[in-house]
Amino acid sequence: MSSTLAGWLQALALVGALALCYRPLGDYIAHLLTSAKHLRAERGLYKLVGVDGDADQRWPVYLRSVLAFSALSILFLYGLIRLQTHLLLSLGVPEMEAHQAWNTAVSFTTNTNWQSYSGESAMGHLVQMAGLAVQNFVSAAVGIAVVAALIRGFTRHRTDRVGNFWVDLTRICLRLLLPLSILFALVLVANGVVQNFHGFHDLATLGGDTQSIPGGPVASQEVIKELGTNGGGFFNANSAHPFENPNGFTNWLEVFLLLVISFSLPRTFGKMVGDHRQGYAIVAVMGLFWVASAALITFSEHQHAGTALQAAGGAMEGKEQRFGIAASSLFAASTTLTSTGAVDSFHDSYSAFGGGLTIFNMMLGEIAPGGTGSGLYGMLILAIVAVFVAGLMVGRTPEYLGKKLGGREMKFASLYILTTPALVLIGTGIAMALPGERAGMLNSGAHGFSEVLYAFTSASNNNGSAFAGITVNTPWYDTALGLCMAFGRFLPMVFVLALAGSLAQQQPVPASAGTLPTHKPLFVGLLSSVVLIVVGLTYFPALALGPIAEGLH
Amino acid sequence: MSSTLTPAPAVQGNTSHRVQSGLLDPKLIAKSLPDAVKKLDPRVMVKNPVMFVVEVGSVVTTISAIASPSVFAWSITVWLWLTTVFANLAEAVAEGRGKAQADTLRKTKTESVARRLTNWPASQAEEEVPGTALRLGDHVVVEAGQTIPGDGDVVEGVASVDESAITGESAPVIRESGGDRSAVTGGTKVLSDRIVVKIASEPGKSFIDRMIALVEGAARQKTPNEIALNILLASLTIVFLVAVVTLQPMATYAGAPQSMIVLVALIVALIPTTIGALLSAIGIAGMDRLVQRNVLAMSGRAVEAAGDVDTLLLDKTGTITLGNRQAAEFQPAEGVTADELAGAAQLSSLADETPEGRSIVVLAKTGYGLRERAQGELAHATWVPFTAQTRMSGVDLDEAEGLHQVRKGAAGSVSRWVTDNGGSVGADVAQLVDGISAAGGTPLVVAEKNGSAPAKVLGVIYLKDVVKEGMRERFDELRRMGIRTVMITGDNPLTARAIAEEAGVDDFLAEATPEDKMALIKQEQAGGKLVAMTGDGTNDAPALAQADVGVAMNTGTMAAKEAGNMVDLDSNPTKLIEIVEIGKQLLITRGALTTFSIANDVAKYFAIIPAMFAGVYPGLRHLNVMGLHSPTSAITSAIVFNALVIVGLIPLALRGVKYRPSDASSLLARNIGIYGIGGLIVPFVGIKAIDLLVQFVPGLS
Repeated sequence: MSSTLAGWLQALALVGALALCYRPLGDYIAHLLTSAKHLRAERGLYKLVGVDGDADQRWPVYLRSVLAFSALSILFLYGLIRLQTHLLLSLGVPEMEAHQAWNTAVSFTTNTNWQSYSGESAMGHLVQMAGLAVQNFVSAAVGIAVVAALIRGFTRHRTDRVGNFWVDLTRICLRLLLPLSILFALVLVANGVVQNFHGFHDLATLGGDTQSIPGGPVASQEVIKELGTNGGGFFNANSAHPFENPNGFTNWLEVFLLLVISFSLPRTFGKMVGDHRQGYAIVAVMGLFWVASAALITFSEHQHAGTALQAAGGAMEGKEQRFGIAASSLFAASTTLTSTGAVDSFHDSYSAFGGGLTIFNMMLGEIAPGGTGSGLYGMLILAIVAVFVAGLMVGRTPEYLGKKLGGREMKFASLYILTTPALVLIGTGIAMALPGERAGMLNSGAHGFSEVLYAFTSASNNNGSAFAGITVNTPWYDTALGLCMAFGRFLPMVFVLALAGSLAQQQPVPASAGTLPTHKPLFVGLLSSVVLIVVGLTYFPALALGPIAEGLH
Repeated sequence: MSSTLTPAPAVQGNTSHRVQSGLLDPKLIAKSLPDAVKKLDPRVMVKNPVMFVVEVGSVVTTISAIASPSVFAWSITVWLWLTTVFANLAEAVAEGRGKAQADTLRKTKTESVARRLTNWPASQAEEEVPGTALRLGDHVVVEAGQTIPGDGDVVEGVASVDESAITGESAPVIRESGGDRSAVTGGTKVLSDRIVVKIASEPGKSFIDRMIALVEGAARQKTPNEIALNILLASLTIVFLVAVVTLQPMATYAGAPQSMIVLVALIVALIPTTIGALLSAIGIAGMDRLVQRNVLAMSGRAVEAAGDVDTLLLDKTGTITLGNRQAAEFQPAEGVTADELAGAAQLSSLADETPEGRSIVVLAKTGYGLRERAQGELAHATWVPFTAQTRMSGVDLDEAEGLHQVRKGAAGSVSRWVTDNGGSVGADVAQLVDGISAAGGTPLVVAEKNGSAPAKVLGVIYLKDVVKEGMRERFDELRRMGIRTVMITGDNPLTARAIAEEAGVDDFLAEATPEDKMALIKQEQAGGKLVAMTGDGTNDAPALAQADVGVAMNTGTMAAKEAGNMVDLDSNPTKLIEIVEIGKQLLITRGALTTFSIANDVAKYFAIIPAMFAGVYPGLRHLNVMGLHSPTSAITSAIVFNALVIVGLIPLALRGVKYRPSDASSLLARNIGIYGIGGLIVPFVGIKAIDLLVQFVPGLS
């Protein structure tokens, strides 16, 4: 079977599997976010930390809970990393420097999982399990909790309450992420992903050298790495490593896992707002971008110029022979569109346009379908902007799902769309202005610039994948990228929750024939154009100096 | 054409209010130019963040051009300044039209001398004071030929008044004490008779003063939607500022550092200058369009709300049906002759000065040969006037046999009166009433009570209603726009239903009292809907105040005019529909120009980015899809286009985009087609065309 046909079949199977999960998973998440019942285990947890599970929070309180929880997470993870040499299961790894520990702590707490370290040589099993894997769960849950609050802003009327963060967080972890992780971890183990507590095995190779083979609880971390759109690999090679991703099936499964929650959340949204068509419209826009991006990257990789590459059937540099071009491109498109950042091939080696598309995917703001929760709230913010402009064109004060979009709502939506572009561009601009930092680039010219642009785009949008080819473990990059990750994660959350509070207070406007319909193909097209144009206009100059300059001869 | 609200009544009749306001008077542009330059004051500009950035950019390029002069630097500098001036020009022109109207109004505000009654009504003693010295509650007397010195209500007498100064309508109107036609406006002229007016406004706060302030834009505040749009535009501006500022280090790394001139040009090309420049003009022009239809909106907020209206409350009479109902037939009850009924009907209507009442007397005379009896003929008669609460009128005659009471009115009210007075209403009467109602007519039941005998129903008067032509189509249009129409009528439910069906309204409120109307508004609003209504009477005032859009008729009472947020000088209740359309048109214009403005950026990128970087990355030449002549000509062309498109769109901003009532989906598809797709294509053509000219300018080629 040719690699192209295999790619098509994989993509089709993926669409089929995601479509099958859309309703049951989306409905299930909606149920767990709206149910009034607590599990016994949850009640026990609430008692333990002193939370009233039945009390709803106002948006500032919800926000404070999110920020306090995240700040404590960063502190805890930072401490754990710094102290790991004195703790159990450290495998004798060296102590990590402060700037790198800060970067790593922020990275995992913000669902970014940017790794300026190499997993097998810097992290012991304890940090991997009790630090990084835990954050993989809770950071994913925080994203879903925030979008739940935003959806409640649409569904609730004349109230200042948007839900209870602690309840949302607990339920998403216990009822959604844990069961799915256990199930799929077993599937991964059955297909060859390792799961043990071994340290390094020194083996003699056929060539007479010795090779050090690491072991570890890989499968348990691998599953939540994808499911929670985290992306931080157990090993440095991430999903290109055979212990993380041994074969074509696990590769397909990992793509499925990193897409499944984000693609099902629109159903949750539709269910909660009481109109499934609204969910279909949102998922259609997400799907459109995902399909287009996967197709374009695959196409671009097959078209790579150069005799050696053409002889190999395309740009195989940096890709695994066991996956091939199509499956690698599918993985690359999915991981950069979901804020996951796991990689099974190296984006730095992609063709100029293929690599440029991975950057563009992240620049979309991780919304198609985006990270768990964060993808949906990002898309809903852009939907608000689209509704605002289009709503005016039908001659009414714009309203989305019965809530009017006035000055206050537009203020928060505008601040949201302002944040990540500012972080990406200012970060890249400063890096390029500092000759010392620029020297970290492996390549010169436009490609070297793309490496820096990729790094800041990845960090600010909380993707976490790396273009590679750039030395980022310097105090400056660790600090700057850490700041980009933190601001890129938490500032948007502030605006989203403020918006949720403002929407929840409103009295809904009933829909009429004069109301802009937000579930029809016309709106899907409109929202897609708004996403493209807003992102395109913002980043066009930067992209022109990077991938476009490199790709056009 | 004249864009003013002309006071010349000979020219401006009732039908000439549809003003083609889109055309630009070149004289007005010339007149507005000094104002446009005056508005360059940074303290004024800062209120418009988008254009403020352009002005700062203009200053920066001016300094650069002085430091290192070149044809390119100066061309960009000049066109950036022009961009700023053009934006101010749009606003100044919009304001200028208002100013012209204000001047006309001001002429009517001549210093009149008022004849103040010092101790009215006890004595007729009067003193002469200047009109400006009048205070709230003063009484003044005005006679034929004199100008009314201030706003107020007529408290004595009746007079014909020339209100053309305000309404442009030459036909005099009748103003009389009591009732709903008592309000007079300062500056209008009494043509006949003598009235006493109680002044109802403080000096300087009269209706004309407020009109002047409104049309001049002095009282203009940003509306909620304008604020929201401004926020979005400001954030886009910041994004583009960041994109361009951070571009310099990237460009320097690429080996192509850019000059200040080019960077400023890129910023100005990208930020949404088109909508930023025209935003306030659109708002002012929206109010202006209302003024040209003789509607005064007390705030821009009200105009915007008009576009959002979900429910229209329309009074049946005058809006849906032609003028007044006419008596067509007397239908006697069993055991009563038609003549008996006609006699009683005539008797009860003698004091009834409403057109319906008059038509009953006429029918009794023409159809039944009953001579019209003068009111004075009947001794010992006590006239029972119609009130909104009793919904009956009639007469009590003190006759030899005892008190003879005659009542006529709505079926429900008269039936109640009959049963309250010991009588009963036969099934035949109910049948007659239902028959008339079912036929779309209005039944008026006539009953009498002789002495101590129980009251009895004599029969029913058939009043006919004529629905205005074209109303059904109008309501269909409104339905497509998603607006529900509710007919308000004092008729009984059956009558109301018949007319509602004939006219095609969605719902009706029958036997409506002012309280019912108020309750309906509150109920709609509780469901999140916006309600618009018209009204004129004092008892409408609370409902007018409660409604989101309350249009008071100019003929109405001062209380109604104070309560509403719009006043229709023509007193034409049908105009409510036009007001809604103007509100929608205003919002659509904003959305369309925003879309156009943002879509324009694509072409500008394709002009400017290759011009900036094709030198170091020759591959970027492929982005120069327009085949522009040179980097300098490309950038200049983009900036020139950017400035000219503002001027080109001023007429559209003032006129508003074309609006055809239809549902949201087709409106959106149409406007995205024109302003979205058009906004993508037009600048490619425009910039290329300008480049074809600019390339011949020495120094730019």
